[in-house]
Amino acid sequence: MMALLPDSKPLSKSGQALEALIRERIVILDGAMGTMIQRHKLEEKDFRDDSLADVAGELKGNNDLLSITRPDIIGDIHRQYYQAGSDIVETNTFSGTTIAQADYKLEHRVRDINIESAKLAKRVAAEESEKQGRPLWVAGAMGPTNRTASLSPDVNRPEYRATSYDELKQAYYDQAEALVEGGVDILMPETVFDTLNLKAALHAIEDLFDTMDERLPVIVSLTITDQSGRTLSGQTPEAAWNSIRHAKPTCVGLNCALGADLMHPYLKELSDVADTFVHVYPNAGLPNPLSDTGYDETPEITGNAVATFASEGLVNLVGGCCGTTPPHIKAIAERMKEFESRKVPEAKKGLLLSGLEPMNFLV
Amino acid sequence: MSEGKKPFIMVGERANVTGSPKFKRLIKEDKFEDALAICRTQVEKGAHIIDVNFDEGMLDGEACMTRFLNLIASEPDICRVPIMIDSSKWSVIEAGLKCVQGKCIVNSISLKGGEDEFRKQARLLMRYGAAVVVMAFDEKGQADSQEGKVAIAKRSYKILVEEVGMDPHDIIFDLNILTVATGMEEHNNYAVNFIEAVRDVKRECPGAMTSGGLSNISFSFRGNNPVREAMHAVFLHHAMEAGLDMAIVNPGLLMDYAEIDPKLKELVEDVILNRNDEATEKLITFAEQIKSGEAKLGAGTPEERIHEAMLKGMDTLRELFERATKEGNPEILEKFLEGGAGAVPEAQKKTDEVAEDDWRNGSVGERITHSLVKGITTHIEADTEEARQNFDRPLEVIEGPLMDGMKVVGELFGAGKMFLPQVVKSARVMKKAVAYLLPFMEDDKEDGASAGTFVIATVKGDVHDIGKNIVGVVLGCNGYKVIDLGVMCEVDKILEVAEKENADFIGMSGLITPSLDEMIKNVSEMEKRGMKTPVLLGGATTSKAHTAIKIAPHYSGPVAHVTDASLVTGVCGDLMNPKTKDAFIKQLEEEHEAARVRFAENNKKPEKILSLEDARSKAIALDFTSLPTPSQLGSEVFEKLPAREIVEYFDWTPFFMAWQMKGAFPKILSHKERGEEATKLYNDALRLLDDIIENDRVHVRAVLGIWPANRIGDDVEVYADESRAEVLETFRFLRRQKENSKGLCGSLCDFVAPKERGQADYMGAFCVTAGQEIEDYAAEFKKNGDDYTAIIIQALADRFAEATAEYCHKLVRDRWGYGAEEPFKFGDSLKVGKGESHANNDWMIGERYKGIRPAPGYPACPDHTEKGALWNLLDAEKATGVGLTTSYAMNPPASVSGLYFGHPDSKYVRVGRIGKDQVEDYATRKGMTVEEVEKWLAPNLGYQP
Repeated sequence: MMALLPDSKPLSKSGQALEALIRERIVILDGAMGTMIQRHKLEEKDFRDDSLADVAGELKGNNDLLSITRPDIIGDIHRQYYQAGSDIVETNTFSGTTIAQADYKLEHRVRDINIESAKLAKRVAAEESEKQGRPLWVAGAMGPTNRTASLSPDVNRPEYRATSYDELKQAYYDQAEALVEGGVDILMPETVFDTLNLKAALHAIEDLFDTMDERLPVIVSLTITDQSGRTLSGQTPEAAWNSIRHAKPTCVGLNCALGADLMHPYLKELSDVADTFVHVYPNAGLPNPLSDTGYDETPEITGNAVATFASEGLVNLVGGCCGTTPPHIKAIAERMKEFESRKVPEAKKGLLLSGLEPMNFLV
Repeated sequence: MSEGKKPFIMVGERANVTGSPKFKRLIKEDKFEDALAICRTQVEKGAHIIDVNFDEGMLDGEACMTRFLNLIASEPDICRVPIMIDSSKWSVIEAGLKCVQGKCIVNSISLKGGEDEFRKQARLLMRYGAAVVVMAFDEKGQADSQEGKVAIAKRSYKILVEEVGMDPHDIIFDLNILTVATGMEEHNNYAVNFIEAVRDVKRECPGAMTSGGLSNISFSFRGNNPVREAMHAVFLHHAMEAGLDMAIVNPGLLMDYAEIDPKLKELVEDVILNRNDEATEKLITFAEQIKSGEAKLGAGTPEERIHEAMLKGMDTLRELFERATKEGNPEILEKFLEGGAGAVPEAQKKTDEVAEDDWRNGSVGERITHSLVKGITTHIEADTEEARQNFDRPLEVIEGPLMDGMKVVGELFGAGKMFLPQVVKSARVMKKAVAYLLPFMEDDKEDGASAGTFVIATVKGDVHDIGKNIVGVVLGCNGYKVIDLGVMCEVDKILEVAEKENADFIGMSGLITPSLDEMIKNVSEMEKRGMKTPVLLGGATTSKAHTAIKIAPHYSGPVAHVTDASLVTGVCGDLMNPKTKDAFIKQLEEEHEAARVRFAENNKKPEKILSLEDARSKAIALDFTSLPTPSQLGSEVFEKLPAREIVEYFDWTPFFMAWQMKGAFPKILSHKERGEEATKLYNDALRLLDDIIENDRVHVRAVLGIWPANRIGDDVEVYADESRAEVLETFRFLRRQKENSKGLCGSLCDFVAPKERGQADYMGAFCVTAGQEIEDYAAEFKKNGDDYTAIIIQALADRFAEATAEYCHKLVRDRWGYGAEEPFKFGDSLKVGKGESHANNDWMIGERYKGIRPAPGYPACPDHTEKGALWNLLDAEKATGVGLTTSYAMNPPASVSGLYFGHPDSKYVRVGRIGKDQVEDYATRKGMTVEEVEKWLAPNLGYQP
């Protein structure tokens, strides 16, 4: 019989260990995957194996495929991050949904991509854990898809939508199911630019937990796209938090888009209201096409910026996004030793609603 | 928003099709973007949350909710606040939840459908992440007592918090604000019950919020906003003190408690807090005085108010004195003086009686307007005569005071303040006045300046005209010259009259699907003749989409689809006015183009239609062993069925629908807005029904029978006798080519045993009619200008036909041997008194018996031409006098025909879209050409012929 209360299903052992570690110290995520792949100057043939030989069109750029075609490269990137100090690495599955893979007509490979990516990361984690003598975790990355449920792509038809909640929910369910089958410790919907997409993802994850004996930790990462301080779909961080707090994620935070310094006010807003762990993994500054990595900030600069957050007690988990590399993670991890993990505030009590903005009626 | 003290939460109520006529009109006219303005205004006026509701029978709630919430999502000034998704249908709620990124509130769930459903819905809401309004309803219904409300809230809370695990702060209890001051003693304590229940629930259900729909409290004072606003303010004041957190309100209309007129406040508080037995009576009296301007509102100093009261007392005394003198009846005054204060209410009552006739003291124009608005014929001739004396020509009376009065009627109707039955009554008064003036106009040959000339007709092959008649009346009320060409009108006749009369509009109406084809033919003919006259289309099968896609492209003049009578004058007005005409036509064309684009897009992804062969392999397979054998075979004619007994089978709901008053009977009689007028209409209908039955105005006829029958392929053969050798008639059925939810492609023929199994089976057929007599009776009234009575009679004739069909079906089920299992036997008393609840025949109207009686032309067997076979088998025309038109419509129109299937698992299958393979197969079986079949089944074609 299905358990009655959502909390009545136990958190997985590795999840409990993770929570304990986060309480003890600031936990370190990994850095960019795409930036690291770019350095290898891969060609079309690297994205193909026998099973993909006959697929029409260009596959180059479909990085998720590399978990299958070049596991050596992806596995090595994971290893470098663990060696730089990451406690958690994300699987190479940012585009591992049927919706995102539809661009390549590879919807039927979504299951393989996620299972193989998860197994690959877990294998590296097991080896490194043994070598380094500390527990390591793998988070199943669930990207935002390239469609948005709250916005019309056609300005003349504001009521039109290119996708639907049901379609997204199914796509996320399929991805999460395969990631879990591949052995991930954590599920991680990230780079969220539309909270309705995220709600569909969380709905799918809860539905998946119904079929399991335990829950996994869920880390949710929003993206503030510009300096208006809102998601692409227009919500402020607190409004978005109100929209998703029912799912009781283990951790919520921000990633991508802006450099660390510009994220500060929004991270603060989220950190003040979220009655759960909070993370940040910024880009290495703003994009600069002239730079080697495509981004400006050196490991030291990013390390300092993240240290500012930590010094103010805003974060429990940190890492890097676009443009960050193992040296960035090493710098961040070093700096984090100086600071304590953020204290989770008491939940606000009341009817906490939102539109684009929060509407809290506290008791 | 600020995080200080929690404000009182106001939920904007106006984006609700059941509560706001304006919102409903915009939605029905497909003006969703305009409807957004209603939301924006509420946010501007301070609503914290916007309630959105599309619960109306004629709307596709899920589609409307999805589209509207998607539109809201692109309006940052609106969607910055949370949404309350409001529906009594779970599927609509879920559709809404899939469109909103913010944390919203769902309104509502309750224990009405039992605990299992409640738990299931609550769990799903947690998955979607919504807060929820829980109504104080349980399996037994709505709680009106304090204890009842609290008990349901506690029970709901326990389930939600302890079993489902919902955050108590996400629960909002709507404790049912019910109307007070209705005159029913048991309603007097409703406000107190609510307020005290709020207090208890806030204590017993920690964390949960409380709410209610505010405007309910004051429904008995509708039309009197000062009193309603005061009631709202007083009620909220006390409810908030008890802990009420939230209310669904009109945010523009909230008054401050401190600013209520002290006298009014006291009277209102007496009512709200149920402080004495006369509270309601006193408030009503005072409310009338406010309305008539006799009492003025506004808080002055106590001295000023005493002074005012004294003056008023003097006035009353003087008035009574005058009346006593005038009527030579000193008793009135004496009673007042003797009885002192105690006699005041009675004396006041008398003054009110006088006030009722007060309108007779107004100017002649005011009196005429009053008569028209109230539908009073008593004085209209005298007043018309008086007006005639004041003008040079009788025509000026029509164009002056009479049209002025009708304009008021038109405005009130347009604003949703008058209902259709009232408007039709106004028309009766108008016609009477005009009839009075006619003899004086004989010499005065000049033609009246009408608003425009409108030629209207029911198209060839169709005989249904209730809707057309109503449109004619509404146009007549608005000053149009209406030329009604009746039913079954050939296109030549319509166009000839239109050209001769130089018509400004041509209206075409039709109820059955073949009429759509007639309309296409008609506008094509107009195009051929080079006409540009605007065409208006209406009737049950017409639609905006069909008009845009199939009709408008055949005509270069404007073609507008008009959904109901209340909209027709707006369309005509826009087309007559040179200032608005071009813009209107442009907009119409844009709307049509948008509909065509939508259609083309939908066509791009064609529905998956299975091959006929595939579909046949998915037929419904039933067990035909051990079926009962009918006790009587062959047909039987009933020359005249007992009308009184038939009436007991009436389903009244469609009667009100015919008058554009939607709502289930008998609940519609107590509907908060339409109830009063619905009750009047109902009483008039009951009176006429008595007259019709007593004076033998209706001759209900029927022919029905059961025959041996077997299925061969998708055909059913009907045999002369049990030897099953002689085929009397073969019926051809269509099959679904899309799997239903069970993966089956059903057809009605699946309910008859296949011949190859050798299993004896049966099929029945029937034709019933309310007869020509009642049609003639209605026509008499129409001829005499009394459309109101005529339309009631026509609508009653329809009820007779439908009820007779039920009555006969029961008879057939008994003969067939299925009826015995039913809760009622034929002839059992189902008697219900007038106006009482018809709960007893719910079992019948809900069609919860076994066996079906599908009619050709409806979704289960959409081919109207199958009536040909039906008529042959029954010899129906000879037996009942019902004929078939060229479009296979039955005439007289108040008739019903169909087939009987007895298998207990028979269901109304919806054929839906079919493929070309089935059309070809069907054409061969019917001996028709493919083109003919495509013409008759046009709405069912799953491809472009």
